[in-house]
Amino acid sequence: MADVSFTVDGKKLTAPAGTLLIDACRAHGIEIPAFCYYPGLSLQAACRMCVVRQEKVPKLQTACTTPVAEGLVFTTESPEIAQARKATIELLLGNHPLDCPVCDAGGECELQDMTFRYGAHESKYVEIKQHREEQQWSPVVFFDRPRCILCYRCVRMCGEGMDVWALGIQNRGAGAVIAPNKQDHLECEECGQCIDVCPVGALTSGTYRYKTRPWEMNHVSTVCAHCGDGCKTTLGLKRADDGMEIVRGDNRDKSGINGDFLCIKGRYAFDYSNREDRLTKPLVRQANGELAPVSWEEALEFAGKKLREIRDAKGGRAIGVIGSNRTTNEEAYLLQKFARSVLGTNNIDHHRTADYATFAAALKGNADREASLRDFAAAPAILLLGGDPTEEHPGLAWQLRSDVRLNQARLYVVNHELIKLRRQAKAFLEISQDGYADLVSFLSGNGGALSSNEKAASFREDLLKEESVLIVFGPEYRGKDIEALVKFGMGFPKAKFAILGDYANSRGAADMGLFPDLLPGYVPVTAAGTFAEEYGEALPAAPGLDLVEMFDAAGAGDLAALYVVGSNPVSRYGVDASALKNVFLVVQDMFLTETAKLADVVFPAANLYEKAGTVTNTFGDIQLVKKAADRAGVRSDFELIVRLADRMGADVKKLVPFGRGGVRADFGQTRGAQSGEADRHQVWLTAHHIELKASPFDPFAIFDEVQRLVPAYDIPRMDLLTGNDQHIKTELVQIENTGSRRDLVLPSKDTLFTSGTLGKYSAMLHSVMESHTRKTAETAAD
Amino acid sequence: MAAEKTTIFSPETAARFDKLVTIYPVKRSALVPMLLYAQDDIGYISDAVVAEIAERIGITELDVRNVLSYYSMLRTKPVGKYHVQVCTNISCMLRDGYATLDQCKKKLGIGHKETTADGLFSLEEVECLGVCCWAPVVQVNYDFYDQLTPEKLDKVLDDYREGRGKETK
Ligand code: SF4
Ligand code: SF4
Ligand code: SF4
Ligand code: FES
Ligand code: FES
Repeated sequence: MADVSFTVDGKKLTAPAGTLLIDACRAHGIEIPAFCYYPGLSLQAACRMCVVRQEKVPKLQTACTTPVAEGLVFTTESPEIAQARKATIELLLGNHPLDCPVCDAGGECELQDMTFRYGAHESKYVEIKQHREEQQWSPVVFFDRPRCILCYRCVRMCGEGMDVWALGIQNRGAGAVIAPNKQDHLECEECGQCIDVCPVGALTSGTYRYKTRPWEMNHVSTVCAHCGDGCKTTLGLKRADDGMEIVRGDNRDKSGINGDFLCIKGRYAFDYSNREDRLTKPLVRQANGELAPVSWEEALEFAGKKLREIRDAKGGRAIGVIGSNRTTNEEAYLLQKFARSVLGTNNIDHHRTADYATFAAALKGNADREASLRDFAAAPAILLLGGDPTEEHPGLAWQLRSDVRLNQARLYVVNHELIKLRRQAKAFLEISQDGYADLVSFLSGNGGALSSNEKAASFREDLLKEESVLIVFGPEYRGKDIEALVKFGMGFPKAKFAILGDYANSRGAADMGLFPDLLPGYVPVTAAGTFAEEYGEALPAAPGLDLVEMFDAAGAGDLAALYVVGSNPVSRYGVDASALKNVFLVVQDMFLTETAKLADVVFPAANLYEKAGTVTNTFGDIQLVKKAADRAGVRSDFELIVRLADRMGADVKKLVPFGRGGVRADFGQTRGAQSGEADRHQVWLTAHHIELKASPFDPFAIFDEVQRLVPAYDIPRMDLLTGNDQHIKTELVQIENTGSRRDLVLPSKDTLFTSGTLGKYSAMLHSVMESHTRKTAETAAD
Repeated sequence: MAAEKTTIFSPETAARFDKLVTIYPVKRSALVPMLLYAQDDIGYISDAVVAEIAERIGITELDVRNVLSYYSMLRTKPVGKYHVQVCTNISCMLRDGYATLDQCKKKLGIGHKETTADGLFSLEEVECLGVCCWAPVVQVNYDFYDQLTPEKLDKVLDDYREGRGKETK
C-alpha cells in the first residue's frame, strides 16, 4: 500500500497506509506499551495500555487498533496518557498477588516493567484479593490464575497460531478466567507457545518454574538438537555441580528462521542433556566381559592401537564407520575424512532419513531452486506432498499455518492420511499410500495415472494456475520419483523445492559425504578428483559398504572393526547382537545405548548443545551452533575423532589443518587441573568472534576445508558467525548422477513427542506421552 | 450433522436444532439459542448437552463452555421443579427485595442456588428481571409475580407447593 505521512509526538513519520499505529511507532523506535497486542495474532483491544491521543478525536484511542492515515496527528506520552495507563495498571493489580519475588516472570515481566514505568504502586482498593491455587494443566503447562491479566494472548496463540484451540475464556467480568479444553487439564500439542507469549507469570512451564531467575542464567543462542527444521533457540544455562546445565529454551529474540516458534522438543526436551546417567567416563570391555570405566589415556590408546592393527593387518576394507544425524557438519566431514584418509575405507554410512543425494542431483545446475525455511513464511503458494509436518516438522508446520493466516497463501496438500495441515489447505487431495509417484505423473499431464476423480482434476487445475510454488515433499519420494517431481515442478514459472528429512543434521551428514559412494558435496568416490589429492593414497577408489551391507559383512565375519559415532543402529535397524560378536566395536555416545552396550570401547560424547560448529537443516539452511551447556567428563565427537587419529599414528595436522601462521595450542590436557582447555579455547574464540584455528579441536579449521572443497558451502562466513542462517548453494553441488543407488532411506517416523534416541532419554517427553491417552483432532469453529 | 444418530434431546428440540444450525450465516450463531432451548428441554446444561451441541455446531466443547459460563441464566446443575428467582437489583432492593429473598429462604428452608430435598423448589438471587416498575419481583420458571407483599409471596409459594401454580416450564 502507498505510504502515508502522519505525526507522532511532533515527529513526521511515514508508513504504508493501513499500518497499525503501534507497529508504525515501533518501526520508528517509539515504544507504545501493550499487553494484549501481539504481532501476527488477531486484534483484541482488551487491555487499554496502548492508549494514545489522536487529534480531533474526543477520547483516547487504542494504538493497537488504529490504522495510520494521511495527516493524522498523535501524542503517545502525556500526563493524561500516563494517568490513563496508570489507572489501567491499578485495576490489573487489583487482584494481582504481587508475588514477583518468587514469580518465574519476575525480571522479564511486562506488567512489572509497566508498573515500574507508570508507578501504580499504591492502590485505592481495600477489598481482599481473590486468590486461586495454582493449577497444573499438563506436564508442561501450569496456570497461576491470580497473576493473569486477561490479555488473551495465550488463547489466540493456541487457536490462531497453533490451530489447537485448547485454551478458552470462561465466566465474565472480574470472574473471567482462562480455561483449558478438558476442564481441569489440557489435551494439546504442548508447545509452550502460550507460556512464551504470556506477558506475566500466569502460565509457567513444568521444566522451568521456580528453578531460577532470568538474570541468574547465561543465555546462548544456538540451534535445536531435535528435528530437521533447525529452529534457532536461546538456551538459559545455570551452573551445576558438574558443568553448565540447561534450564530453559525459548526464542524470545525472534531472530531465527523460526520466528517466535519452538515446539515442545525445542522448548523442553533438552533434559536428556542434564541426565544423571550420562556417560562421563570412557569404558573398555574387560577380560571378564564387562564394560568398566578406565582413564582417557587407556581407552584412547587401546582403541587407537587396535584400529591400527586391524587396518594394517586386514586393510580398510575390514573396517566400517557409521556417522550421525546429530553431529555438526565439521564432525561429519571430519569423520568421513578420518575414515577415508586414516582408516582407508569407504565403508561409511549413516541412518538416511531422506534421499538428499538424488535431490541434489535433480537440482544440480539450477541456481536458487531450493527453498529455505524462511521462504515458507511468505510464499504465495505451497504444494505439500506426503509427510506430516505437524508431527515431524513442527517448525515448518508453523510457517505454513502463519503463511496461510497472515498472507492468505494457498496451500495444496496431498497425503494418504488426513493430516492436520489439511485444515489450512485450499485444496486437499487424499491418495493411496503408494500413489505418490502416480500423483506426479498425473500432475504432469498423464490423466490416467490417478483413477478418474473430479477432485483430483480440479486440484490439478487450480495448482497449475499458480506461478510461483514451493514444493515440499516427504520421505515418500525417493530416487526416480524425486527426479520426476523436480521435473514437473520446473514447469512452473517459478518453483522452489524442499525435501523433508529428520533430525538436526541429517542434511549435513549427507552433504558432508557420510556415504559409501559419495564424498562431501556428493562427489562420487569413483571420480574423486581433488579429494584424491587431498586425502592421499589411503582413499579407496571403489565405493564401500553401506550400512546394511556392513552388518551383513559383520555377520559373515568380513568386518573386523566398526566405529559408530552418535548413532544407535542396533536399535534402529534391529541388528542381531551376535552379528557383532567378533567385531571390534568403538562407540561414541551420550548414553549406554543398545549399540554402546555391545561395544568394546565407549567414549562419552558431548551433545549438540555442548559444542560449536555448524549444522544444516533439511532445507539447506546452514546455521552456527554455539557451545551452551557443559558436562564434566564428556568430549565433543570432533575432539574424539582427532584424538583417535592421533593414537593411530596419523598426522593430525593433515587431518585438521590447524595452526597456520605459526599459532599453536596444545592438545589440551586430560581432565585435571588444566581440564577444559579445548572447551575454554572454543568459548574464548566464540566470545571474541575470532577464528584462530590454533587448536586441532577447532571446528572452524575444518570448516575452512569444507568451504574450500564443497562449493555449495561457500557462504559468507561473517554472516554465519553473527548468527544469521545462510542458505546452501545447491547449484554448486558436484554430483553426477545417482543412477542405481540403493534406496536405504528409513524415515524416523518421529511424532511431536518423540525424537529418536534423544527422545528415549527425555523424561519430559515421556511424561507428556503418558499424559496423552488420546490425541486431539477437533476442528476449529467456522 | 443433521443425520444425528442418537440425541439426548426430545424429538421436538432435536428437530428444532436441526433447523437452527442452518439458518445463520455462521453455524456458531445458533449456540446461545440452542443452549436456552436445551436448558428448557433437559432442565440444565449437562456435560452431555455440551457435547451434543458442540458436535452439532462443529465447534469444540471448550467453545461451548466459554459461552455457557458467560451467561448466568444458563446453569450447569439441575434445579427444582419450581425455580424461584428473586430480584435484588436496585429497584427491587429499594422496595425491600432482600426481605423478599429472606422470606423465600425461610419458607423454603434453602439458600441461594440450593434445592429443597423433595426437589420441588430451588432458589436463586438474580439481577434485574426488567420489571422494575412493579418491584419487588419474583420469577418462578417463566412466570412473573410482581408488586409482592409478604402475604402475596406466601400465597404464590403455597400455591406451587399445593400444585395450584402455573405449570409452564
Ligand atoms: S502448550 Fe501449545 S497447544 Fe498447549 S495450550 Fe499452550 S499454546 Fe496451546
Ligand atoms: S494467562 Fe497470560 S497470556 Fe493468557 S490471558 Fe492471562 S496473562 Fe494473558
Ligand atoms: S520444530 Fe524441530 S527444530 Fe524446531 S523446535 Fe521443534 S524439534 Fe526443534
Ligand atoms: S494493546 Fe491495545 S488495547 Fe491492549
Ligand atoms: S430491579 Fe428487580 S426487576 Fe429490575
